[in-house]
Amino acid sequence: MIESDDFVRALEGIGCNFFTGVPDMMLAGIIDVLGERRLYTPAVREDEALTMAAGAFLGGKIPVVLMENSGLGKAMNVLMSLNLIYTIPCVMVISWRGFEGEDASEHLVMGQTMPQLLDTIRIPHRTLSEQTLDHDVQWTAKTFMEQRIPVALLVKKGVVKTLQP
Amino acid sequence: MRPEEGVMQSRAQAMQAVFGLVTDQPIIFCHGMLAREAYKLNDRPQNFYMIGSAGGAASIGLGLALAHPEKKVLVFDGDGNVLMGMSSLATIGGLKPKNLIHVVFDNEVYGSTGNQPTYSRLIRLDHVAKAAGYVNVERVWEREDIVYECKSMLNQDGPSFLLIKVNEQIEDADRVAVEPADMTKRFRAACESRKA
Repeated sequence: MIESDDFVRALEGIGCNFFTGVPDMMLAGIIDVLGERRLYTPAVREDEALTMAAGAFLGGKIPVVLMENSGLGKAMNVLMSLNLIYTIPCVMVISWRGFEGEDASEHLVMGQTMPQLLDTIRIPHRTLSEQTLDHDVQWTAKTFMEQRIPVALLVKKGVVKTLQP
Repeated sequence: MRPEEGVMQSRAQAMQAVFGLVTDQPIIFCHGMLAREAYKLNDRPQNFYMIGSAGGAASIGLGLALAHPEKKVLVFDGDGNVLMGMSSLATIGGLKPKNLIHVVFDNEVYGSTGNQPTYSRLIRLDHVAKAAGYVNVERVWEREDIVYECKSMLNQDGPSFLLIKVNEQIEDADRVAVEPADMTKRFRAACESRKA
């Protein structure tokens, strides 16, 4: 399992310096580390987190947006009418609720269709794993710089250490 | 109470009053006719015009204000946009960025889509902003009050919320001719040079 602190440092290693988002239990460890280090600016909606990150990027920051995949639904319009149109990138860290149908029912449709949704709107994405952390993060940086659009790292349950509920 | 129609400015007139006070401060414009009017009246590299993402202008301004705490950042917003993104007022009120000035041109209609009424004729958006935690909140409609309040907000710690009641008159204005991707480059460069 990836330590939350290591994950945050890996993102900092590629230059990320503005962190916002809306919490999910699977991301709670990461948000805890960011909060302790005073690096986290909480948003109240995922679309708001993306627009705030866009403003930070316009001001010279390299932003990260954390969200559960239910929030991806809310964020879709901002991705399509702001980020992709204006070529405003960010790193999206999305927890994969409903992966392989193992979750509460409200997560199942999104859990099943998220990769296709991202493909449809042409958001590059990659599923994070402990073995490939360095590669995943380097790929994120490279894709961000080359394409100047949001890049998504998908986080399945148990991949990044979280808080004990 | 609705201000007297006779003393209200058009949005274009009200925007001109604010434009007269800004120097090199960046301004984020919400999508719709407001952005087109601004583009026609006073295009500059420090202007960022939205073409979609309704309700998101204030959050872009917030992110920019956090990235550039040393400079005042303005948002030109509309009542329909504020109503759609009302939760972001809480984020701004909670974070209290001192350098954010949220100017709302309130014509009480969705002017870009056929003048359907918005709830701002029933709901006081300035009261909402005050309750959400904005530090300076004013509601004005006459030109001299716009200038007075805007001047003081440019010199005060915020976040500030200036609600300008305007009439429904729309300026004849074409679409913004700057390509969005070019606007991103232009705006980022303008922000960078300010920082130096």
